Formats: sequence, C-alpha cells, structure tokens
Amino acid sequence: CHLQQPGGSSICTGDGGPSPSRVFVVRKDQDIYIQTLRKLFNESHGIFIGLQRSEEELAGKSRKAQLVQVSKNYRSVIRACMEDMHQAASNNYQNSISIWEISKLVCKSAGPLLLRLLDWVRLHVCDVDNMVREVLSSENPSKHELFWNVVDVFVLQGRMDEARHLLAKEASANPTSVNMYKTLDDLMKKMPVPSLGNTQTLTEMELKWQHWHEECQRYLQDGTFASNSHMESICKILLGDEDAILEKKELLATWYQFLVTRLLYSHPTVKPMELRFYAQSSMDLFLGGESSPEPLDTILMAAFEFEMHQVIKECSIALSNWWFVAHLTDLLDHCKLLQSHNLYFGSNMREFLLLEYASGLFSHHSLWQLGVDYFDHCPEYGRVYLELHIERIPLNTEQKALKVLRICEQRQMHEQVRSICKIMAMKALRNNRLGSALSWSIRAKDAAFATLISDRFLKDYCERGCFSDLDLIDNLGPSMLLSDRLTFLGKYREFHRLYGEKRFSEAAKLLLMLMTAHIAPCSFWMTLLTDALPLLEQKEVIFSAEQTYELMRCLEDLTAGKSDKQKFQDDDVETMKVEMLRLALARNLARVIVKEGTLEGS
Amino acid sequence: PRPDPTLHTTKTGGVIFVQDNRISIWSVGDLGNVGLNGEYQGEPQLLCDIRHNGDVMDMQFLDQERIVVASSTGTVTVFHHHQNNQTLSANQRWEKAHSHVDQDTSCGGAACTGVICNNPEIVTVGEDGRINLFRADQKDAVRTIDNADSSTLHAVTFLRTTEILTVNSIGQLKIWDLRQQRNEPSQIFSLTGDRVPLHCVDRHPNQQHVVATGGQDGMLSVWDIRQGTMPVSLLNAHEAEMWEVHFHPSNPDHLFTCSEDGSLWHWDTSTDVAEKPSFLHQGGRSTTYFSHNTINQSVVSAWLSNDPTKDRMEITNLIPNQTLSVNSLDILGPCLVYGTDAEAIYVNRQLFA
Repeated sequence: CHLQQPGGSSICTGDGGPSPSRVFVVRKDQDIYIQTLRKLFNESHGIFIGLQRSEEELAGKSRKAQLVQVSKNYRSVIRACMEDMHQAASNNYQNSISIWEISKLVCKSAGPLLLRLLDWVRLHVCDVDNMVREVLSSENPSKHELFWNVVDVFVLQGRMDEARHLLAKEASANPTSVNMYKTLDDLMKKMPVPSLGNTQTLTEMELKWQHWHEECQRYLQDGTFASNSHMESICKILLGDEDAILEKKELLATWYQFLVTRLLYSHPTVKPMELRFYAQSSMDLFLGGESSPEPLDTILMAAFEFEMHQVIKECSIALSNWWFVAHLTDLLDHCKLLQSHNLYFGSNMREFLLLEYASGLFSHHSLWQLGVDYFDHCPEYGRVYLELHIERIPLNTEQKALKVLRICEQRQMHEQVRSICKIMAMKALRNNRLGSALSWSIRAKDAAFATLISDRFLKDYCERGCFSDLDLIDNLGPSMLLSDRLTFLGKYREFHRLYGEKRFSEAAKLLLMLMTAHIAPCSFWMTLLTDALPLLEQKEVIFSAEQTYELMRCLEDLTAGKSDKQKFQDDDVETMKVEMLRLALARNLARVIVKEGTLEGS
Repeated sequence: PRPDPTLHTTKTGGVIFVQDNRISIWSVGDLGNVGLNGEYQGEPQLLCDIRHNGDVMDMQFLDQERIVVASSTGTVTVFHHHQNNQTLSANQRWEKAHSHVDQDTSCGGAACTGVICNNPEIVTVGEDGRINLFRADQKDAVRTIDNADSSTLHAVTFLRTTEILTVNSIGQLKIWDLRQQRNEPSQIFSLTGDRVPLHCVDRHPNQQHVVATGGQDGMLSVWDIRQGTMPVSLLNAHEAEMWEVHFHPSNPDHLFTCSEDGSLWHWDTSTDVAEKPSFLHQGGRSTTYFSHNTINQSVVSAWLSNDPTKDRMEITNLIPNQTLSVNSLDILGPCLVYGTDAEAIYVNRQLFA
C-alpha cells in the first residue's frame, strides 16, 4: 500500500499485514523545487492576496464580476505555467485548467448552461486541433483523407458554421450531389440553439427545436442522405442518435465531450441541476465497461454533480501538491459555495488546505515569504503555524534575518523577535563582532544581552588596558540607556576621553558619580579607584574635600564588604593597592583642607 | 525570496539580475518597442546565465564586459560577459574575501554585503567588518583593512577616486582615505538619536559633498560631508528597511529609493513646473507635496536645503499594488529597473515621458 501526502512527504509502507518491521521512505515534495512552478506560485500568490483584500469592497453583481476575473487570472497563470513546461509534464496542469473551468462554470448561474459547456469543450478539450489544422491548410481540403473526420469534429462540438464552410467546399467539388448538401446545410443552419439574451422563452425554444428535430427525422427516413454514408451519419448525430455519436468515439476522445454532444443534440435546454443524470450515464456509455475511470474523470463527475467537497477531496488525492485545491477552495469559499463544516480538528476545509500549502512553501529557501501571506489569511491557526515555522527558517545572511524580523515585528510576534535577535547577537558575539551584537540587542531592546556585551568590552579592557572598538563605544548615543552596564561602559569611556583631553575636574566628577550613583558594578570599583590614583597624584589638587571623603567612603565600603577569609586570600598586589589608595587619599585630603581653608588673595 | 534581484544596468542597456542563484544577462531591447503608457512591450530576452554559489548580495559592472559579484558565502567573483557568443564565464575569484577572523571559533560565514568598482579598482565590504581593495588583474588583495568596523558594513561607494564611504549597522557613515596607511576612518558621521542601522549609500553625481543614506527604519538621510557630523535632513519615507538609494546619474535632482515595505519612491526636487517630467502613469499612488515652490534653486543643491518653505519636493510611489519587498533598483537615462521578492523584474523604459 502506498500512502501519499501531497505537499509534504511521501510515505511508502511495506506490504500487507501486521509485520513487525516496516520501512518508511520519506521524500520531500519535489514539486516545490521545480523551476517552472515557482512562477506559478509567485503569480498565484499575487492573485490570492488581491482576492483576500478585495473582500470588503464590493457586493452583488460587481462582486460576482470580480470573482470571475479572479478565476480568469488563475486560469491564465496555469496556462502560462503549462506553456513553460514540457508537454508530458503539463498534463497535470492541463487537467487543472479543465477542472478549474468546470468548477467555475457550474457555479455561475447566468446564461444557458449548454453554451458554456460548448465553450468549455472547445477551449479545453482540443486534442483534435492538429488534425483540423492539417486539413484546413491543405491544398484541397475536400480531397484530404481526414476531411470527413474534421467535419464530424465540428458537428460534434456544435461548430456549425465551420462545418458548413467545409461542406460547401465539398459541394462545389461534387456538383451531382448538390441537392443533398443543400439540405444538410439548411438543416444545420436552422438548428435552434439557446440564446444568450432572453429573446426567447424556454417553451419557445423547445417548440422550435422539436419542429427542427422532426424535420431532420423526415429527411433521414426519406433516404435523402442514403447515397452518402458520411452525411447520413451526420444527420443521425443531429438527431441525437447515441449509437451514431458513439461511433465517432476517437474524435470525441473523452466521455465528457460525449456528454456535451449528447446534450447538444438531445437536451439543449439542460439545466445545471440535471447535469448529474446525464453525466453518469454518459460516462458509462462511453467507457462501456472497457476501462475504469481515471482520477480526472472522478473529479469532473463530482463537479458535474455539484459535489464541490467531493471535487476537492478527489483533487487532493490525485494531484501531487496542494496548490490547486488550496486556491480552488479559497475561491469557492469566497463565492460562498462551500458550506463550511468544521473538520475534525477544528479548522474548516479552506483553512486546512491553505495551511498545508503554505507549510509546504516554508520548506523552500525563498518561497517561504509567500507562505507568510497565506498564513495571515487563515484566521484560526494561521498565526500559530507562522510562529512555529518562522523560527525555523535558516538565517544564513543578516539580510535574511532582517526580513524575517520585519515580518515578525509587523505581526507583533515579540517572542520570535527576541529569539531571532538573540540568535543573531550570539553569533555575532562568537565571531567577535561586538558592534553587530549590540546592534541586534538594540533591535530587540534586549537589556540582558546588552549587559552581556558590555561585560565583554569591560573584560577586554581589563585584560588589555585599552578599549577595542572605540568607534562603537564613543558613538553609543541614546542606545546607551538600554542597559545599566552599557551606560556605565559609555560613561567610563567618556571618563577616559576627558582624562585624555586633560579636563581633570570634569573627569574627576564623572568618576565619582559612577560610583556614588551606583552606575558602576561593584566588581569594577577597584579599577575605578585605581583610575583615581593619577588624579590624586596630580600637582594640582583636583578632588575637593567633599569628594575625597566620598572616595574614602567608597574604599571603605569596598574593603568592609570583603569577608576576613577574602582578605586573607588577597595577594600582595591587592593589599598594596589598597594601601596606596589610602595614602593618596589621605595626602589629598591634607592638601585640599589646607587649600580650602586658605583665604584667597592673602 | 532569495535576497532577490540585485540589479545593475550597463551603459548599453543590458540588464543583469539574479534568479535562483544564477547570474543572468537580459536584453531589454530598443526604444522602438514602447507602448502607449511607456510600458515596455516585449519581454526581456534572456541572453545567457551562469550558476552562482551563494546568494547574490550586490554586483556592479567593472567595465563593458566584466561584472563583479558579491556572494553570501563571502566570495567575490568577476564574471566576463562574452558578447560575441553570449556566454558568461568566471574570470577571477577571491574566495573568503570576507570571513570571520578566528576560524576555530567562528560561527557561520560572513557575507560580502557591498561592492563598488572604479576600473581597475574594486572595493568590497562585508559582515565581518572588513574592507578589501582589489585590482581586477591581481590575484591577491591590494589592501585589506581587518576589523575596520566592529559592526556589519552594509554598503560602500566611492567618494573620490581615493576615498570611499561606508555605512554600518550602528548608524555610522565613515570616510576612508585609501592613500593613507592607517586603518582608521578619516571621518565618522553618525545619525542623531537612535543609532539605526544604515543599509545603503549614494553620492550625488555632481556635488561630491552631498550624500544620501537609507536606514532600517526607512528614513532617508541627506548629509553634507563638508560640515558637521550629523545629517542635514531626515526624511520620513518608507515603513521598513530602505534597501537601496540612487541618485539619477544624469539627472540628479531625482532620487530613487526602494524598500522592504514593497514601495519604490521617486523623489523629485526639480523646480521648473513647466519642465516637470510627468511619468506618472496611473496617476501614481501617493503624491506628496511638501510645500509650494518659490524660486531660487541655482547652485545650492536642492537636497541640502532644509527649509521646507523654500523647497518643493514631489514624492511618488511608482508601484501601484505593492506586496513584497523591492530589493534592488537601478536607473540609467529614462530606464528604471527593479526587482522584488515576488521573483519578478520590472522594467520601465519611459521614466520621464
């Protein structure tokens, strides 16, 4: 048995009964990766979005016209896709167009059904085009061996004018049977067809048709066409003789063409609701028990029977990716033709199919962006799906990460924003790109990470005695406020700059403030105090008495905070530092007291 | 999609863009094939293409036949377009032109984010904060400035023949003098306020002190690099990252920007109303007028005037139904080319009809 899951993976299971071991072969959906389909996906995405957005705008007739236009647009892109692909591979899409059109057709309610069916046959079921072309372009069409075949085709498809045109050629070549041709030509000309406008009522039409039918019958029984078997069979076809029509099986090619011909010549006033009766019998008659229906046949049958759900179900099984059913269902839903019954797991069919299709898109390295918009239009589960998928997109460049972030931000997906920024920041940090790391933290407003980065800078400073990446630290701007540690870093660098510019009193004030305002982390106080040393040792007195007292207090706080054990573990350098500081502070205090106590100008 | 089309037009009207990690050269035909609204009638014809390893981050024509391409793998490649038989071949390649320094601890590669050419010199910048100076005929880099920037360098352009401008992800515009041996920028400019990353930069074709940059918040900044360290004007533009900004090369009163929000804006500071180009097919989506015009544009660049009552700037969105991001654009003469994330390329041959 073979289980296929369109749009995702294909799972083959082993054969038969309860065997303990099974082999699962999982294969990614190859369709996504076919070059020519990408254009289809992209263009249909545009149409899909247009349809969703137009929802609120119109109503009534104009809405209907709009929906028809959307359907036509989808059809064009399918056709364009087909043209790009090789003939063999395009069968899938040829069928798609047929199905699309039939669905559209049965759902519209304006105009006689028969005319629309005839149009459909002419446009989409065109296996005989080559033959027609061949005969028409030959020197002497009426002498061509396939001449009568072409005439038959025209008659079967209800293309009366073209059939008559060809017959005229034959008539001029055979003057003896001119009368016969004239009669047939006349019959064909007079055949009543349902008209587009409401110029005749149904009863009128049926009456006319009845008369005409009887006339044909008379001519046949009179033996008018007895001498020419071709023309006799045409007359029989005109009378709707099923056997005669079935004789032309090869020219009909499919049962649904047979259906349309049958309807044309026996029930021209058929109504949509009656289609189903004729559809089933047509298929049975045509296939005659020789062959079984193909998937396409089942789908079309379901369409003729107005079983839209069945159509969708059959398509899902037959076609290899979700593209077709997802878009078809969405369109039908907008036409309000699908009763929304909830599926077992809570979302309706339209949403289910769209979710499946969009999920498939996410496996592609660039089509995932289309998937986002599809998720947006799935009201129940779209958001959850998006949240799960978007975090798993591989971010191989910063630009891609930015695109993903923008999508998350636009949808207020804060968790994902934070998560992605953290990933990028962490990568940057590992690569020693501290500026980039900071840039990502700012984007996510991630204070914790900013603190991490600042600590890294400070660590570098302590180890090397100088700052790296000055261009960054000197230009933090308002982002400095993102985290306390970052603020400290910025201010600390400012201190160094002031010192470098010999603006000592400002530097001193800043240094003190860093400690007293608790901007500096406690671990850094020792370094700051040590930085104060050169300022204390200057010839000129810089720190005021007040400030000196503050410094002393800081030093005491620092040393008092240490437990006895820690003091014991402190090496000589540490103790010496503290000693030097105490000495320097004391000396400074002495000088400043004298200075402040001295009267100016004396 | 794949950091989609990066575009560049040549002087001969050929266009290159990238699809599915291929470099392709297309012909957009001649001027004769133009419809009523200025839409190009025929489809661009694919002349030749070649596989490319990694996403194309940026590219530029070096001369009539050679194209330099920057890759997300950090490699810089020079391709040769053979016009006689319409083929492309890779001429020269600098692998790992951009990479993270410590290969042992590095996490992922570093993309090359920008390339600019001034035959025979090629300058590249990347996510590793490095600036490379190559010459087309030399195997090794002429000069490399490692760790030129602690953040990612997003774009580079020539200021003068020996000076370049770079923008980075912490909102800084830097001038580098390539004649000097020290590895420091000669000048640093920053945005005021938040240090929003800058993604693109372009210099005014005639007035070399006028520079435009675009930021992550979609804002257009205009700088006068002769004075101050801050932008002269900040214009609120797009709603998301501005990916590229270009002055029109021969008509620099016109500026074009494209963005992640799916719009492409045409900024027009040309003054004479009678001469005003009216290329607004479909009426243009949004036309904003800052104020009514008085006279007086003369020599002072319209871009630098920050007096809104004196200026008149017309801004038009050239995309009627925007959906996905416009990643790249280029202009030459009356022709505008741009590419979107919907894997589509648009050509407008009659910008100033």
